[in-house]
Amino acid sequence: MDIDVVLLARLKFWMTVAFHFVFPTITIGLAWLLVAFETAGWKTRKPVYEQLGRFFGKLFGFTFAIGVATGLVMVFQFGTNWSQYSRFVGDIFGAPLAAEAVFAFFMESTFLGLYLFGRERISRGAHVFSIFMVALGATISAFWIIVANSWQQTPAGFALALADGRIISQAEYLANPSAFDLANARAVLVDFMAAVFNPSTLPRYFHTVFACLISGAFFVGGIGAYYVRKNSSDEFGRLAVKYAIVFGLVASLLQIFPIGHEHGQQMAKTQPEKFAAIMGIYESQSSAPIVLFAVPTQRPPELKVPIEIPGVLSWLAFGDVNATVQGLAEIPQEDWPPLFTTFVSYHNMVILGIWFVFILAMAAFLWYRKTLWNNRLVLRALIWSLPLPVIASQLGWIAAEVGRQPWAVYRLLRTSQSVSVTVSAELVIFAIILFFLVYAVMGIAYIRLVVRTVKKGPLPVDA
Amino acid sequence: MELITLQTLWFVLTAVLLIGYAILDGFDLGVGILHLFAKDETERRINLNSVGPVWDGNEVWLIAGGGALFAAFAPVYAAIWSGFYLALMLLLVALIGRAVAFDFRAKSESLRTKRLLDLSFGVGSLLIALLLGVAFGNILRGIPIDANGWYAGTFFTLLNPYAIVVGLLTVVLFVMHGALYLVLKTEGEQMARMVKAAHFSWVMFTTLYVVAAIFTFFDAPHLFTYAYPEIQKPLWYLFLVLSLGSLALIPVLVGRKRIVHAFVSSSVLVASMIALGAVGLFPRLVPSTINPSYDLTAFAHSSTQYTLTIMLYIALAGMPLAILYKVILYRVFRGKTVLTKDSY
Repeated sequence: MDIDVVLLARLKFWMTVAFHFVFPTITIGLAWLLVAFETAGWKTRKPVYEQLGRFFGKLFGFTFAIGVATGLVMVFQFGTNWSQYSRFVGDIFGAPLAAEAVFAFFMESTFLGLYLFGRERISRGAHVFSIFMVALGATISAFWIIVANSWQQTPAGFALALADGRIISQAEYLANPSAFDLANARAVLVDFMAAVFNPSTLPRYFHTVFACLISGAFFVGGIGAYYVRKNSSDEFGRLAVKYAIVFGLVASLLQIFPIGHEHGQQMAKTQPEKFAAIMGIYESQSSAPIVLFAVPTQRPPELKVPIEIPGVLSWLAFGDVNATVQGLAEIPQEDWPPLFTTFVSYHNMVILGIWFVFILAMAAFLWYRKTLWNNRLVLRALIWSLPLPVIASQLGWIAAEVGRQPWAVYRLLRTSQSVSVTVSAELVIFAIILFFLVYAVMGIAYIRLVVRTVKKGPLPVDA
Repeated sequence: MELITLQTLWFVLTAVLLIGYAILDGFDLGVGILHLFAKDETERRINLNSVGPVWDGNEVWLIAGGGALFAAFAPVYAAIWSGFYLALMLLLVALIGRAVAFDFRAKSESLRTKRLLDLSFGVGSLLIALLLGVAFGNILRGIPIDANGWYAGTFFTLLNPYAIVVGLLTVVLFVMHGALYLVLKTEGEQMARMVKAAHFSWVMFTTLYVVAAIFTFFDAPHLFTYAYPEIQKPLWYLFLVLSLGSLALIPVLVGRKRIVHAFVSSSVLVASMIALGAVGLFPRLVPSTINPSYDLTAFAHSSTQYTLTIMLYIALAGMPLAILYKVILYRVFRGKTVLTKDSY
């Protein structure tokens, strides 16, 4: 039987990371909202804030537990399915993973225990401090994992140790890749700071953290709107919606500008083929258009039924309507990322991003006009928008990682050269089925549990 | 710092992380296994809540250990993780099943779901302890590592008698460790039964310890050939005495109702068991059963001097904080477990 192990390993990685990525996206944002609720409760002594803290704290704890459980799979997976990759990048890639555990996970998990179970054992201030540390830990953990992932996108701060013992710099290699044999070579760290703050780390970090903040805001806002819709004077629901609007609107505006914009500019510079694929620019051109809608095909590379505005992409990417955007045509076809997936997921992410600004601005406006609490249409839109930031995050991440293909480490190591040598296709298929079943059960149970908890409503608090 | 010093330090640090994991998650895995024998709903809730605030942080030690191995000895991580593929997939499923059991159970209303999740917690804990023990046994005994540094066996290669004995030894050790923890956390009849469980698992452990020790002489003789006998031999004797001493002390301390001391004693036992293995292995991380020259070692398969140095800074900056957090957590939740409205 001739099965593509690489494709299977990619499928498994996609499935497990996509599922995992749902949960931290929610918790990282939700943690900061909990900090706000608990601080307000501490300062004002109003019981409704404690209610908010307890209610969303329970949901947080539960979401977090699944995030941890599925995250373990990710830490293991580099070794189990991508052992050649692990060997190639071990000198660099392991350090951020270890740093994540040491600097973030210990902090997060310990203070979460204090936060969730210590309400009656520690002082109010210490309790607020605990959730702050959880939020901080979660945000730090995002940093280290983005460092690791960004290094795959835009590797920096390393040299290549070849199998014959020679050590060559990145520039030497990229000047003439075909002159060197990378079989059994490995990347070795030469400048830690340069590797950590590689060209895409900060733009991608802010982009990711803000996506999480938006996800947390819509999570709280959607649930709050549900209560307001049932009872328009519900104080608990109203407060949840108010906090969600403030958090979400600020975050989703900043996400578009400057964060998303900066990330796009960085990508245009550092990964032109990924940029070309997601933007749908197949021929190099000056005053390149922004493509609002199209259906891309890979062979031949074409945009069907495109709707374009000329010059805008050149202006966005390089600040000049006449600037040249490099197209895919200049790059050998075997180095192209898949065109359809990257283009479509990126564009849908952008549409969702605009929707977030729109619906939250609308809600803010109605709140100011004091008609939000009886506007059933907007409240319903908020409820149904609850999962959309998570979906947008998935789409953005698909665009980012599929756009990196065919490389596991950009221009150094192909995905096909990264896979485990000792793991057969049958084993991977078995693992895919196993995890599919486990995740399906867990996913359904999670959604049912959230729905049930919301329907049951927050616990009354003794004033 | 010299490369060889760093490599040695990282060998030791990896072992320390593993020890930290085994001591901490060891007792909550033991609680999970004992959970299978709980008598009623109150007992089950006490079990779950006795580890409720801490289990998650305990598991982080495993992530940290895996991360440290990846960062410091990537070829070893790559070989073992891809080689033990099926075993690790089972381990992950067990870890997931166990992790989600807490919250799902707390929120579920049907008795059947609750019982199912009790099984998920208990059997998951048992499987994790067994698989980790079997994996450790295989590492001690050596596995077929080929000339390219990859695993050349199958899943069934791992199921050899020696590894299974070490697996069972791990299970009873964690059960004893967990029983002592529960003696600290429970009251009345449940506490009395946990004292019995601790005694019973102590007898089991002692028996299996003898079996495993004899087995080791025949099945893993390389653990007694040292690269640095002048250092390794005294260390080996030290940990042997520590393990036997702490083992002997446990029933005495339990008899005198000095449970905290007994728990510390069993923690020392866990630590010295792993330390004995580490001393025997050094500088090997994974002995090869095909050819000793294919052994994966701390000296030949480490990251570069620069990376090991950076990692050392990370560990020195982060670990004291991590330990401080732990101390605070365990202090806040010391004493008997009480059920409140925040409980599972």
